[in-house]
Amino acid sequence: MKTKLIALSATALLAAGCATTPSDDEYYTKAVALMKAGFKDRGQAKVDRIDQDSLQKLCSSYGSNPVPPDVAERLQKEQLATIKYPADGKYLGDWKSGEKIAQSGRGGQYNDDPKQPSGANCYACHQLAKEEVSYGTIGPSLYHFAKLRGYGPDIQKYAWNKVYNSHAFAACSSMPRFGYRGILTEQQIKDVVALLMDPNSPVNK
Amino acid sequence: MNRTLGGAARAACAVMALSAAGAFAQQRSAVEEIERYRQALGDGNPAELWEARGEGIWKKAAGPKNASLEKCDLGLGPGVVKGAYAQLPRYFADVDKVMDLETRLVHCRVTLQGISPEEAKKSPFGGPGRKTDNDALVAFITAESRGIAMAVPMSHPKEVEAFEVGKKIFFHRGGPYDFACSTCHAVDNVRIRLQDLPNLTKQADAQKAYTAWPAYRVSQGEVRTFQWRLEDCFRQQRFPHLDFTSDASIALTMFLARNANGAPFNAPSIKR
Repeated sequence: MKTKLIALSATALLAAGCATTPSDDEYYTKAVALMKAGFKDRGQAKVDRIDQDSLQKLCSSYGSNPVPPDVAERLQKEQLATIKYPADGKYLGDWKSGEKIAQSGRGGQYNDDPKQPSGANCYACHQLAKEEVSYGTIGPSLYHFAKLRGYGPDIQKYAWNKVYNSHAFAACSSMPRFGYRGILTEQQIKDVVALLMDPNSPVNK
Repeated sequence: MNRTLGGAARAACAVMALSAAGAFAQQRSAVEEIERYRQALGDGNPAELWEARGEGIWKKAAGPKNASLEKCDLGLGPGVVKGAYAQLPRYFADVDKVMDLETRLVHCRVTLQGISPEEAKKSPFGGPGRKTDNDALVAFITAESRGIAMAVPMSHPKEVEAFEVGKKIFFHRGGPYDFACSTCHAVDNVRIRLQDLPNLTKQADAQKAYTAWPAYRVSQGEVRTFQWRLEDCFRQQRFPHLDFTSDASIALTMFLARNANGAPFNAPSIKR
């Protein structure tokens, strides 16, 4: 009982102490205000890019900490519902074109021409074809993606989902939502999925 | 000095040739080669040219008031350059705000020399055929902190606020790619393509990264300042243009610099 009381009064003291220093929300509000004032429109990159959608805001709020499991589950369900599938029901395009898209880091920067198609820059973060030794490690290796998981329609759909909106399976993933945000066209996503899934793709050699 | 630059170019070519030969087993060794190449160049860093030019600009009377910058207070008192950068950003009572080096230099050029703020902020970064006073002054002043331990203060409430706001900016995901600084810089032991990425939320990584800026970039032939570094990161983050000396840039610098406290400052450095 005594311990409980001490714990309670400590909480009260802590709460009183917190009232005098700015809260987390206040720092966030200030940060957004400073960014809105401190960034300027340039090329295709306008200051409204500072505005966050609900996912960006939620994921940012955890900082370096993991997302709580219940939040992650809810978010993944929401994000899965955003995914649109190819009109003709075919997930696989041309892996050779997919390799070019995977190599290209162009797109979205203020110095990029918005009329040119964007790349996906997969190699910045993932290992894919073994021949390409200059790959990043922010994401997992995708070498032998289908060779390890199988070439069937379920895995094809899974690959489509991951490229379209990776948060559907990994809440607050670092990977851009290439389909949901319209970074890649439907055909480009098919080509990247082919790079992962085609038995002839160097990824599966 | 041409000899030094020629040597730099030759060494760069050697590194590139090595990468081009690139078999799988060589990718780690390529990174090591670049590190060796950096060390080899350390003695003949072309940034010394910027440092010398910056010292000249610091001491030369200029502007409508025909005054030098030698009375500029960088935080340790008017005219004290030695060790000043190791304690920046910091709170300045005369303006009642936190400033980083480049913001303080703009302030001094305006107040001491009578230059307009617009003029003092215009085109701060060098490019082909164009050298800037900002790059040179930063090279000179930062070199005067070489070997001195980083000691960014957090005693004033506005310093605390800048740090906390900077942390929020660091983790702020936005834009079409959902990127934040933290996307690449809050994880241990990862790289983008072959480039190792420091985890700037961890002291050891933050110390190593922050104390190596500004840097002479061999690929660009320029000394790049910390304001430049932030702006170019945000470009790749798909954010809009970060305004030079904006309060957002100062807050973010406060967060990153403070995380580097305790380590000896070691720049201008040389990078690929």
